[in-house]
Amino acid sequence: MDLVNNLGAMAIFFGLAFIKIFHRKQFREIIIQVFYIGSKSTGIVVLVALFTGMVLGLQLFYTLVKFGSEGVLGSAIALTLVRELGPVLTAIMITARAGSAMAAEMGILRISEQIDALYTMRIDPIRYLISPRVAASIISFPLLTAFFDLVGIIGGYLTGVVLLGVNASTYIYRVQYSLNIVDVRGGFIKSLVFAILVSTICCFQGYFCHMRLDSYGAKSVSLATTSAVVLSCVMILIADYVVTSFIM
Amino acid sequence: METPLIEFRNVIKRFNSHTVLDGIDLTIFENQITTISGKSGGGKSVLLKHFIGLLKPDSGEILFQGRPARDMKKKEWEDYRSIFGYMFQGNALFDSMSVYDNVALPLVQTTNLSRNVIRQKVMTRIEELELAEAWNKYPSELSGGMKKRVALARTLVTDPKIVLFDEPTTGQDPIRKNVILSMIAHARKKFGFTAILVSHEVPDVFFISDRIVILWEGKIAFQGTYEEMTKLRGPVVDEFLRSLEGLQDELTGLMSKGMFRSRYGAELSVGRKKSRISAILFSIDFDLLEKGIGHEASLYTLKALAEYTSKQFSPMGGFSARHSRGEILTILPHTGLEEAQQLLESYGKGLQEHVLEKIRDVTQQFIGMGCFVISVNAGLTEASVTDEFDEIIEKARKRQQIVAAVLCEGGDEPG
Repeated sequence: MDLVNNLGAMAIFFGLAFIKIFHRKQFREIIIQVFYIGSKSTGIVVLVALFTGMVLGLQLFYTLVKFGSEGVLGSAIALTLVRELGPVLTAIMITARAGSAMAAEMGILRISEQIDALYTMRIDPIRYLISPRVAASIISFPLLTAFFDLVGIIGGYLTGVVLLGVNASTYIYRVQYSLNIVDVRGGFIKSLVFAILVSTICCFQGYFCHMRLDSYGAKSVSLATTSAVVLSCVMILIADYVVTSFIM
Repeated sequence: METPLIEFRNVIKRFNSHTVLDGIDLTIFENQITTISGKSGGGKSVLLKHFIGLLKPDSGEILFQGRPARDMKKKEWEDYRSIFGYMFQGNALFDSMSVYDNVALPLVQTTNLSRNVIRQKVMTRIEELELAEAWNKYPSELSGGMKKRVALARTLVTDPKIVLFDEPTTGQDPIRKNVILSMIAHARKKFGFTAILVSHEVPDVFFISDRIVILWEGKIAFQGTYEEMTKLRGPVVDEFLRSLEGLQDELTGLMSKGMFRSRYGAELSVGRKKSRISAILFSIDFDLLEKGIGHEASLYTLKALAEYTSKQFSPMGGFSARHSRGEILTILPHTGLEEAQQLLESYGKGLQEHVLEKIRDVTQQFIGMGCFVISVNAGLTEASVTDEFDEIIEKARKRQQIVAAVLCEGGDEPG
């Protein structure tokens, strides 16, 4: 029953936040959040993407070589990254970096009465705090996913071509030839779904940390942050399966 | 009869099975400072949050100018909320924003004013609350008192008609507490709002309040003026004051009023009825002093005066308590009027030579070499067993004259 209640509450929470994205005073706040959620996550996304691509390059090369098919390394890496690993790993990395920060920030704002203060100043807390974060996530997730895919393919190139001697032209040709708009669209849809899930779950957990029955005060912020990250990661993987099954 | 601005009728609020507000009937009048006092954890903040809709009653009604809040349409409710300002116990400042941005936030987010107009309004409030040098600092760089002033500036920047203060002096030292209360009283006079305070800083908060509400075990035990409260003391009010007053006045170190009354009662008890008692009422014009030398220096002056008074009269059995913000009442048991007069003269001389001169030096640290006047008045009277406290004070007040004064060089004689 609690699960149904929470899911319903989260859906309403997201609905309200989404509608208020289009308020006239939001532009500045959204830009600030794009900077924090998107721009500041670039470093970690590049690092993870590079090594993911390099590891994929190694693993796939030694598998494909057994079948004499190392020429399709570019296709294998590109499809794996664009369809699956790019959106999922990007979302998990942003959850770890920005999602936890969102939950903790909301929690601290709640327990230090700053959310109540906004209400008393007639500033809608959902409009002022949540909508910019949801909007910024919707903007940042697909961009960072695209960035992840690109850097991952470069990582695969480094191990496959530079270290293991796969033909460079073949690698690039295979990447271009195997990727089509359906793959890119699939990855894009996934990243949008993950953006909505992560931003809503993280903000919701922090925003309502005072209603937790297991703790209060600083402890409730800590538990809300942990719940936000764990729940977001689980939901990313579940949603990944659901979305994949629809678009395949 | 004056129409209440806000009225609570039989308001009940429960959290799970715990009843926090149990049938509250409360009236708030316009342009007054109303203080809600009571035990810690007694539901004062919960009550305050009902005024602005942060909490809703489980039953009962809240009326604004006679109109029930629950019948208000969305627009009316928004208009109602717009006349409130709320200063939180922990200030609720945004740590990532500068003082200027914190104060400007409600204007930026809720109005269509141009950037220049907002800047002008914000800087005016910042300057009025003596924060001009801190406008670009962050809350973490400010002292506790300055944070309170920033919170007050943010609360007042929208020109609210009603300001709610939730324990504005919590965690402050006695001087700082009184500075904040003085600041609220001063701001109320200057900006003309209705103030509702939650505080248990007895007696200091009572000195600035027009009305006092005592919340006791979820019910209103008393509401009225301070004078009414001291005259009509019932068992609940007595218990409340005993639990909060303690033995000493925190600011001055003198006896608390409760302790003072007990001691006075003991002096007049059976067997001592024929003994002679004198009473002296010392006073400084606190409002005038604050204007001249500021809140903090005024409080140091009052503290120094209290310490000196206690030191002078305690050895001969005298005891003193603060009667109002700038008044100290001293009782001299077994002392006739003539003897008391001699003591007062010697007191005045010592005060002039040792204390006021020192106060002048200390005060100049606060305000520089500016011109100011401090005058201490004293009124001596004989007290008898049949006299009520108010009568003694009235008699003493009528006989007041200057006993010591610091004059500004080239300044006028204090009147």
